[in-house]
Amino acid sequence: MAVTALSSTEQYNFDIVKKFSIMTMVWGVIAMAAGVYIASELAWPLLNFDIPYITFGRLRPVHTTSAIFGFGGSALFATSYYIVQRTCQARLSSDGMASFTFWGWQAIIVLADISYMLGHTQSREYAEMEWPIDILIEIVWVTYLALFVSTIMRRKQPHIYVANWFFLSFILATALLHTFNNLAVPVSLFSMKSYSLFSGVQDAMTEWWYGHNAVGFFLTAAFLGMMYYFVPKQAGRPIYSYRLSIVHFWALSFLYMWVGAHHLHWTALPDWTSTLAATFSIMLLLPSWGGMINGIMTLSGAWDKLRTDPIMRFLIVALSFYGMATFEGPLLALKDVNALSHYTDWTVGHVHSGTLGWVAMITFGSMYHMIPKLWDTKIWSQKMVGVHFWFASIGVLLYITAMWISGILQGLMWRAFDQYGNLQYSFVESVAAMHPFYAMRAIGGMFFLTGMVMMFVNVAMTIRQAKREATELEAKISAKMAKSSLAGA
Amino acid sequence: MFNFKHEWIETNIGLLLVLLMLAISVGGLVEIAPLFFIKDTVEKVDGVRPYTPLELRGRDIYQREGCYLCHSQMIRPFRDEALRYGHYSLAAESQYDHPFQWGSKRTGPDLARVGKKYSNEWHVAHLVSPRSMVPESVMPNFPWLEKNELNISDISERMEALRKVGVPYSLTQSEYQANVKQFGAKTAEMLSIPDARKNLIAQAESGNYDGDRSKITEMDALVAYLQVLGTMVDFSKYDDDAFVKYR
Repeated sequence: MAVTALSSTEQYNFDIVKKFSIMTMVWGVIAMAAGVYIASELAWPLLNFDIPYITFGRLRPVHTTSAIFGFGGSALFATSYYIVQRTCQARLSSDGMASFTFWGWQAIIVLADISYMLGHTQSREYAEMEWPIDILIEIVWVTYLALFVSTIMRRKQPHIYVANWFFLSFILATALLHTFNNLAVPVSLFSMKSYSLFSGVQDAMTEWWYGHNAVGFFLTAAFLGMMYYFVPKQAGRPIYSYRLSIVHFWALSFLYMWVGAHHLHWTALPDWTSTLAATFSIMLLLPSWGGMINGIMTLSGAWDKLRTDPIMRFLIVALSFYGMATFEGPLLALKDVNALSHYTDWTVGHVHSGTLGWVAMITFGSMYHMIPKLWDTKIWSQKMVGVHFWFASIGVLLYITAMWISGILQGLMWRAFDQYGNLQYSFVESVAAMHPFYAMRAIGGMFFLTGMVMMFVNVAMTIRQAKREATELEAKISAKMAKSSLAGA
Repeated sequence: MFNFKHEWIETNIGLLLVLLMLAISVGGLVEIAPLFFIKDTVEKVDGVRPYTPLELRGRDIYQREGCYLCHSQMIRPFRDEALRYGHYSLAAESQYDHPFQWGSKRTGPDLARVGKKYSNEWHVAHLVSPRSMVPESVMPNFPWLEKNELNISDISERMEALRKVGVPYSLTQSEYQANVKQFGAKTAEMLSIPDARKNLIAQAESGNYDGDRSKITEMDALVAYLQVLGTMVDFSKYDDDAFVKYR
């Protein structure tokens, strides 16, 4: 037992995976707590407390950055480093580079969050980091790419496993998007402030090309990579269809980059661009569902696991939410639906069925699978994993139901006319009508956060338990050694 | 016969990377690059000018406080939006916006044409305490805007940075002359970088946006910015369907 544990730490760099896994837990709690807080600010504006640093406008990027790049990013670093080593049967090519990506990435999120609270922002959604942080991201990201590719080059067998294709697609696309969306001229070398290179319509298009592909590659392609390893592992079955994985991989990578302009329907963006984006958005349904089907069908013949295995439940529910969100996406990208839904909470609900339902759930499942293996022990409380699942599920459902109702209600109230052809409602009447749903959303978020805290505790206790087991084992071995050497004498 | 095998790609990391790069580059190239070259993308329209130094600082504060997260600045061509907000937004109206502030969410109303709709006094009272003006509002209070003195030390650096990205703020005499030709003498003077500080102070003092003459505050700048939003184009000069051909 001790011998295999020792040799596996030599064969692979699991230390870096452990570090990123722990930070996934930490950022998960921070990001979701920030989310619950800003949701509560919208329901009860008193909570802004007239403190500049915690008003909604400054705290919202703290939530999105901590969630996408802190929680999601750390989870992706952890699992991609784990998967690339296991599937290539090769150790990461450089411990130093791996360590640099860890400290660099954590520094980026901390600096970004602090700078937002102090009021430094590019005001580009999901790319709010100002230019010095953007440069740091660029450096860390290129290191990540180099490390990932050079590790694949050390693989022991000719084929590159499908999960790694998705990670490569995500790393390349993120580099491309980050670089072009953040082109800006700083006010001076000692000023955090910068002005973007593009303006108006071109700038809007660039930002939503980035914004939607942050969803498409960071929050989708990469998490599909995670799915392609952990679903077959947990199910103990091979991937349903190799052919399907090829087709949907290339289609997804190609099509996603076209759809960003559906965030700009009916704006001053030319019609041809938004029509093109709408068309590609509809086509994107196919590769998205290809991934969902490939994941869910991997379970065929082992459906009973859904009853007995809470980890499997996380993974399959994640795929179901992925399927639902990627059906809702093309729907919202239709111009006529978008005319109603755009600018409303429907979009916010849609994003969260993707981020909470898909991204967070697949992360929870994968981490519950991976963490005990990393520390060579069992999960501290299997029962708590089951409870976490229900808290998370209830949380997502409350959240997206609240946002569906409030979003559609907003859209309908804004365009309602009375019998004389005047607007039926003033804007603020729609704001007042949102209150119960904003409260409901905050409560949904609290459920989800509670589940996250449970996971944090469970993981912390698992690590503690692993350390205790290790010392006990060592004591046992040294006692035995002492005995045998005594007997020998 | 050419017999393609995916195996070639998945056993060759170089080929995989190259093909992936191709696959993910096309969409952006086709949709973004032409926007810089197709002339009709930005409408030909009179009146749109870069922000004055004070308005520019106001815009910086608008960004700093994350206003764009709850307020759009992009009116769509629908009957209800025309009644509620005014003429639909033109691309030309944000041509000097680095970055754009179209927004994606209306937790509060659109602000693309909020300029001159309310008095300065209303804006100040509303920003300090939104619920004193609109009881059902969920907007945070921004009392510090009234107290914080506006930092104007780097105003010319800010304008120089914007000049580098293409905003016609003038540094030289010839640039100034070009601005006189394009925007008229009065506006051209406001766009002169060497006079930025003087112009900013003069506009804040004559406008007295925050009702307090003793100092120039962040409130002065923000209200000056809000009051110019959507007011640059005089739509009464154009036919109802003058801009349809650009869509």
